[in-house]
Amino acid sequence: MTDRGPMDRLLANPSVGRLWDQDIVKVLAVFGAIYLGYVVIGMASGLTVQGIFATLVQLTLLIAIYAMLSLSLNLHWGYTGLFNIGIVGFMAVGAYTMLLVSKPAASVSQAALVGGFGLPFIVGAIAGTVAAALLGLVVALPALRLKADYLAITTIAMAEIIRFTFLSASFQEFQLFGRTVGTGGGRGLLVNFEDPITRYILDTEWFASVAESVSAAMGIEGTIQPALETLVISVVLLGVVAGFYWVFSRTGSSPFGRVLKAIREDETVARALGKNTDLFKIKSFMLGCGLMGLAGVFYAVFFLGSVNPTAFMPRFTFYIWIALIIGGAGSNTGSVLGAALFVGVLFQGPLYLKNAIASVTEITDAPDTIAGGVAALGQLDLAPLFAYTLDNISNFRIIALGLVLVWLMKRRQDGLLGHRKEHAASIPFDRRSGDAEEGTDR
Amino acid sequence: MSDVESAPVGDDTESTDRVTDRGSVALRVDALEKHYGGITAVDRASFTVDSGSLTGLIGPNGAGKSTTFDLITGFETPDEGAVYFGEDRITGLDPHEVAGKGLVRTFQIARELGEMTVMENLMLAPKGQSGEALWRSVTPGVRGSVKREEAALLDRAWEMLEFFEIDHLWDEYAQNLSGGQRKLLEMARALMTDPEMVLLDEPLAGVNPTLEKKLLDRIHELRQEGYTFLLVEHDMDVIMDHCEHIIVMHQGRVLAEGSAADIRADEQVIDAYLGEDV
Repeated sequence: MTDRGPMDRLLANPSVGRLWDQDIVKVLAVFGAIYLGYVVIGMASGLTVQGIFATLVQLTLLIAIYAMLSLSLNLHWGYTGLFNIGIVGFMAVGAYTMLLVSKPAASVSQAALVGGFGLPFIVGAIAGTVAAALLGLVVALPALRLKADYLAITTIAMAEIIRFTFLSASFQEFQLFGRTVGTGGGRGLLVNFEDPITRYILDTEWFASVAESVSAAMGIEGTIQPALETLVISVVLLGVVAGFYWVFSRTGSSPFGRVLKAIREDETVARALGKNTDLFKIKSFMLGCGLMGLAGVFYAVFFLGSVNPTAFMPRFTFYIWIALIIGGAGSNTGSVLGAALFVGVLFQGPLYLKNAIASVTEITDAPDTIAGGVAALGQLDLAPLFAYTLDNISNFRIIALGLVLVWLMKRRQDGLLGHRKEHAASIPFDRRSGDAEEGTDR
Repeated sequence: MSDVESAPVGDDTESTDRVTDRGSVALRVDALEKHYGGITAVDRASFTVDSGSLTGLIGPNGAGKSTTFDLITGFETPDEGAVYFGEDRITGLDPHEVAGKGLVRTFQIARELGEMTVMENLMLAPKGQSGEALWRSVTPGVRGSVKREEAALLDRAWEMLEFFEIDHLWDEYAQNLSGGQRKLLEMARALMTDPEMVLLDEPLAGVNPTLEKKLLDRIHELRQEGYTFLLVEHDMDVIMDHCEHIIVMHQGRVLAEGSAADIRADEQVIDAYLGEDV
């Protein structure tokens, strides 16, 4: 990249450059820019404050889920070079396992309702994580010994098998240890139990009074409580993202992470140097899959509220891939940035923009087909095409995603932060250990 | 050759002392055979490499040298025959197990880990790093021991880089190194595993004369320290001048074995490989 845009010039400024070197500054800047964009668009189009606020907290929630997933994928692809395109499968197994464990027993009054074992959510979340990791092991054992493409084929096939299994009538409802459990088939499963956040924070009188006083202080008509609840959940989930980040950073900056990188670069060399690469690949794959399962648990409980197989379509996997590619494979900070940019700008941005525009101008008589819009261009009338585009924006954004992906592959293969040096070691290399401080037990 | 059949198959004779405790023969290759379809790549090849020696393995293209390397180091499994490293029968072991016993190799075309820095390449190599256990790298409270271990290895790595005079490149991505520097890096990395024996597959190919001399000096210095080397090389002068023992392969077979003078005088070798004017 020899052409220097305004961004490059800005970063060339020494003090700005130093600030930008801090990862936390990058994260805050990107999140801040996205929020600011939403606020400006919302204000300009006259959306209500609580409307904008509700949108932002919902957005944060989704970004947090995506960030967990892109971080996990970064361990697989960015560090180890494992081509996992079955992410949804691991999410689904995590979510369904959690529901099996944590849903209350089927009630007698609702004969058709599938139940679970009624264990605490935390037990369910752990079970979901373990189940996804074990599924990772099952997939890895035959596939990891083969070339990378076979792992890709195996994972996507596995994800579809999982989805159809959950959809099938055979597992819709069955008896297990005297309980009526199952997948619920196409109707799926309802998250009909209280998670700890709801129980210990959101359902308290204390929280209700806080919400009431916030609403009163801001002079908001009605209540802001639902949005505040989402805010609390988003903050908790961002904390979970920080936990993921911590785990993966430590994994990466260690001799273990060094072997993973070597496998990514040239597995034969790693083997020639005495590393049992199969074992390293299995560990890396299981860790990533387990945390994908945990992300699935959070997605089901805090975002969906109920799960069914259509929530785990293959395209979701590719969304995560796009997020990782935007941020830059190989960088944990990049994975988080990529998730924020993908969800904020590419995925939810167009829908938000449509709502904003729709609230300013009444768009009527959008043509039914694109031909109607294009034909009007003959009379230099842009309105029909614009109306058509807006009307179908949720489809157009998928096309835009494809275009972005093509552009990235051609021009920015390393994404935002993919090519930077992050030494895989627990200590800095740039000085002799004589000068280095004694290792601390951090 | 039949007496070697009784050699123990033990796999836990790990030792950091080099060579001396292996007895006088470091490596024994016994009637190795490898076929690819109708082609016989290695045809009942047998030879030995003495401990602490610099042994050369030569032969025309397609003589089976690289395949022999692959068979010794576990990258290929022989159809027949056996390989002994010291007392251990290592036939059929995985490459990482062979390397774990102290027998490492380099590759004909340098295989640097491109998007890792030179220092990362080196720090990867040491065997038995406790931080290679996932739980130790993540769990709070146990990372201190990993850091101390890494600090000690880092000292060795810096020494190694200085020894090969590429220490100024320590933070460069390996893919940015020149061909010759990659060869140096590859050898330095192999030595970081603390091996007893190193198989060098054309370490001088593409290396300029100055660097070539440097590399050969290094090999001789390391021999003084007790390392054993088996060297595949096409440069006949290098082999004749530097190796005390030379093995000549031709069409998968060992054609001749002996000192430089023996090889020069061998009729078969002259016919097959050297030509009249050597």
